[in-house]
Amino acid sequence: MSNVFLLLAMHEARLLCRRPAELANPLVFFAIVIALFPLAVGPETQLLQGISPGLLWVAALLAVLLSLDGLFRGDFEDGSLEQWIVSGYPLPLLVLAKVLAHWLFSGLALVLLAPLLGLMLGLPASALPVLVLSLMLGTPVLSLLGAVGAALTVGLKRGGLLLALLILPLYVPVLILGSGALQAALQGLPATGHLLWLASLAALAVTLAPFAIAAGLTIGVGE
Amino acid sequence: MSDSAPPIPFLATVGLACERDRRLLFDQLELHLQPGDMLQVAGPNGSGKTSLLRLLAGLMPPTEGSVLLAGKPLAAQRTELARSLLWIGHAAGIKGLLSAEENLAWLGALNRCGSTSREAIWTALAEVGLRGFEDVPCHTLSAGQQRRVALARLYLAPPPLWILDEPFTALDKAGVAQVEIHLARHCEQGGMVVFTTHHSLTEKARNFRELDLGLRAA
Repeated sequence: MSNVFLLLAMHEARLLCRRPAELANPLVFFAIVIALFPLAVGPETQLLQGISPGLLWVAALLAVLLSLDGLFRGDFEDGSLEQWIVSGYPLPLLVLAKVLAHWLFSGLALVLLAPLLGLMLGLPASALPVLVLSLMLGTPVLSLLGAVGAALTVGLKRGGLLLALLILPLYVPVLILGSGALQAALQGLPATGHLLWLASLAALAVTLAPFAIAAGLTIGVGE
Repeated sequence: MSDSAPPIPFLATVGLACERDRRLLFDQLELHLQPGDMLQVAGPNGSGKTSLLRLLAGLMPPTEGSVLLAGKPLAAQRTELARSLLWIGHAAGIKGLLSAEENLAWLGALNRCGSTSREAIWTALAEVGLRGFEDVPCHTLSAGQQRRVALARLYLAPPPLWILDEPFTALDKAGVAQVEIHLARHCEQGGMVVFTTHHSLTEKARNFRELDLGLRAA
């Protein structure tokens, strides 16, 4: 059973590697949005530093959402989802493997890119570990929640906007905790509380979201 | 076959009905499938052929009635069904970005059936006339060749029950003839095949039956 989990994760990773442009798009989007702000609000370091926690988190959140549209649509259209369902393996396990592979290539890349963009906004180096850690805990939650929306909109030809409307409200707790952690770090306060909350959200999402995703996909295929 | 106490059919439907978009496609459908049976589901477009196949494969909940696997409802038999079913839908689950070999290795592993060794896959691909195309990304293949990649799964020591939706689409004449022979041989060896097609078969298994959903509705 864990065998098929690894095989699917590798299968997905291989598919993602064959479409590098699609992987790069959310990262470029993330970088451009961050780069736009100094142009729009002016280059004062004080101001940019003050708004950087919210900025980085909103941009990361939108980048993750962007990468998730159509997460399952290809599998739906080419019949892969049907093969998953008839395989008899627990569907939540299979979708978890898929989302994990997707996160490794999009969410994790985002986490690694974020410190660079943070420095660009004048974030002090001392706040960078908190930035990385909060994104590391937060982006899996964003990916998993977004995958629930992607599963529910799998049968729609153009589900992009609907996906955003469905999922953005659910992102609010992650956004508050993530930018809160960074805000605290900027003011020299401990960010542990926020990070622990984020970690518990991540644990909840990893255990519960796959069931919701699987249910959404089963409905989509059964239509 | 003895006439007293008929054996429990491998796959059966009881009072099966299917409704799509408030249109009743079929109802009170009774179907029995025993090892060796070959069932062609026929009917005009929109008569519910694919829906019936998806119901049998457990991909769709029936509107009414039930599908029984070895006498028990399908919902309670997911693992049993998975072990004995090979499903190739109209979209066959072939990834265009992957090569034929990678596709077959993954689908074989997912279905826990047959051999997924490199030799077995190459032999199966040679059987369907794709020798030399093993490591070409599938999106560069023609529609007929992609269908052949999907059908190569039939040569990888597959499980007994095959449910195939339009397996002959895009195949050339020689390909159709070859697959027909393979389906018939599978049935002669105790397998079961349920499929839809608009072709009229030239090669049929001994226990060949046709279910015309268009006639039932009339």
